[in-house]
Amino acid sequence: MSSSMMIGQYIPAGSFIHKLDPRTKIAIIFFFVVIVFFANSVMSYGLLTLFAVGSAFATKIRVRYILKGLKPVWFLIAFTFLLHLFVTREGEVIATVFGWELYREALIQGSTISLRFFLLIMVTSLLTLTTTPIEITDAIEQLLGPFKRFRFPAHELALMMSISLRFIPTLMQETEKISKAQASRGVDFRTGSFKDRIKAVIPLLVPLFVSAFKRAEELAMAMEARGYKGGEGRTKLRELHIGWKDYVVYGLFILLMAGLFLTRN
Amino acid sequence: MDITFDHVSYTYQPNSPFEHHALKDLSFQFSSGSFVAVIGHTGSGKSTLIQHLNGLVQPTEGAVSIGSYHLQAGKKNKKLRELREKVGVVFQYPEHQLFEETVEKDIAFGPSNFGVGEEDIKQRTKEAISAVHLSEDMLQRSPFDLSGGQMRRVAIAGVLAMDPDVLVLDEPTAGLDPRGQKEIMDMFARLHKQKQLTTVLVTHSMEDALNYADHVIILKDGEVYKEGAPLEIFKEKEALQSVQLDVPEVIEFLGEVERTLDEKISYQGQSIAELAKELAQVVKGGRDHE
Ligand SMILES: Nc1ncnc2c1ncn2[C@@H]1O[C@H](COP(=O)(O)OP(=O)(O)OP(=O)(O)O)[C@@H](O)[C@H]1O
Ligand SMILES: [Mg+2]
Repeated sequence: MSSSMMIGQYIPAGSFIHKLDPRTKIAIIFFFVVIVFFANSVMSYGLLTLFAVGSAFATKIRVRYILKGLKPVWFLIAFTFLLHLFVTREGEVIATVFGWELYREALIQGSTISLRFFLLIMVTSLLTLTTTPIEITDAIEQLLGPFKRFRFPAHELALMMSISLRFIPTLMQETEKISKAQASRGVDFRTGSFKDRIKAVIPLLVPLFVSAFKRAEELAMAMEARGYKGGEGRTKLRELHIGWKDYVVYGLFILLMAGLFLTRN
Repeated sequence: MDITFDHVSYTYQPNSPFEHHALKDLSFQFSSGSFVAVIGHTGSGKSTLIQHLNGLVQPTEGAVSIGSYHLQAGKKNKKLRELREKVGVVFQYPEHQLFEETVEKDIAFGPSNFGVGEEDIKQRTKEAISAVHLSEDMLQRSPFDLSGGQMRRVAIAGVLAMDPDVLVLDEPTAGLDPRGQKEIMDMFARLHKQKQLTTVLVTHSMEDALNYADHVIILKDGEVYKEGAPLEIFKEKEALQSVQLDVPEVIEFLGEVERTLDEKISYQGQSIAELAKELAQVVKGGRDHE
């Protein structure tokens, strides 16, 4: 558990992208996700890929590391590609291997869909790689702010998110600790029949739940003791601020969109 | 069981931006039956070190031997289960590992995993619960209804019931009341003698290291900073303070006596009160001569 990493875990590298306003990053990614579906020519895909790869380099995080973080997704991308090769039966046959026919459309569809998939995952993982969870929740709270008028609980939602995010590492540590303690008492999580392994999880889950509930209770008490009473009239410690860097990025993005529409078929 | 560390290094999350070298080229050994104290500032790698003793972690480099069991970097050990039966580990804050409905079942959990017979388990449960100074009435209660200190004792009993040859203790008394601390430490010392255990104690209490251990290892940033007999180690005040450790009160006291009165009193585990009496005698004796 300790040696594996979560996809897109925040890595401080102090790059230009790290310093952007989180709202800018979320907005850009939102629009990027939309325009990916407008690409339909080699050139337009090329532009989008250039943008994604360029951003990845701009984060100053080692590329090898970014790609390694996508490991669990590589499988899905490859699977999508293969599925298309086998299922799509349109266009002319361009090759025949042991009686199995490879269709032209299958190759094109397979590659474009997996490329899209890759671009989407890559760009969204850049968000979490370069933005702390707290920044992301702040940004979401702000972006959802206008909906408060319709009784949408933006603040509460953000609070819930930030609390859960805050406790993910704690829970992971706890899981590791308790599973080590139980392993020392002879529990074997790795081998044995399916039934044995399910049984082995109980000594892990019970203490985890107990401590999670205890933690939740303590947190609630601590918040109350410090006078927390909801979002009304609450000021922020970290104010979000749109600066010139953000305008530069918006400008670049508009250029990208223009380029995309020019290179579409 | 003899325990040997041969150039052991351990790295958390290797080849990632979060890479952390917790242990660096550790080498030491101690023989079966020793009582070893591992001390060091917080984060110096004590808990990481002891996790090697029952194969919870495997050295990234180097090799560890515990009796006839070997853990070597890059090699899978197939006998981990046997090893874990022989090496009992009491973790830091072990009360978090309780999960059964009753105290009795929780104490029996370890031994039954290792296939100990039912009658035998009953016997061991009773012995273990009395060893940690809890009454047998506790056995039928839920571990979650107990106080923190009682939970700690139950968790310790759960490890004792495994009847290990090597007992590894990671700050077993942290957070207990002073009397409870002494009770538990004395119990470990008694078991150590009675069952001829090999005991490894991680502690922040220099007093405990001095009183119970026959060998002390000081870690600093994952390296062995000093190693030796407690009395020798604790004489070096400056060396200890440079790694944020204190000299035990008694040793400090004796040093003071030696400096101001020019009298040497040999330390054999006396308490401050006993030493005061001894000192009074020495001082009086000195006067008689005049
Ligand atoms: N699961 C983990 N992943 C990454 N780093 C870790 C992990 N566990 C411990 N470390 C790091 O390894 C170093 C040694 O940790 P360890 O728990 O061995 O210290 P310790 O000497 O037991 O400290 P303490 O006295 O506070 O218990 C610390 O710097 C810690 O941050
Ligand atoms: Mg520790």
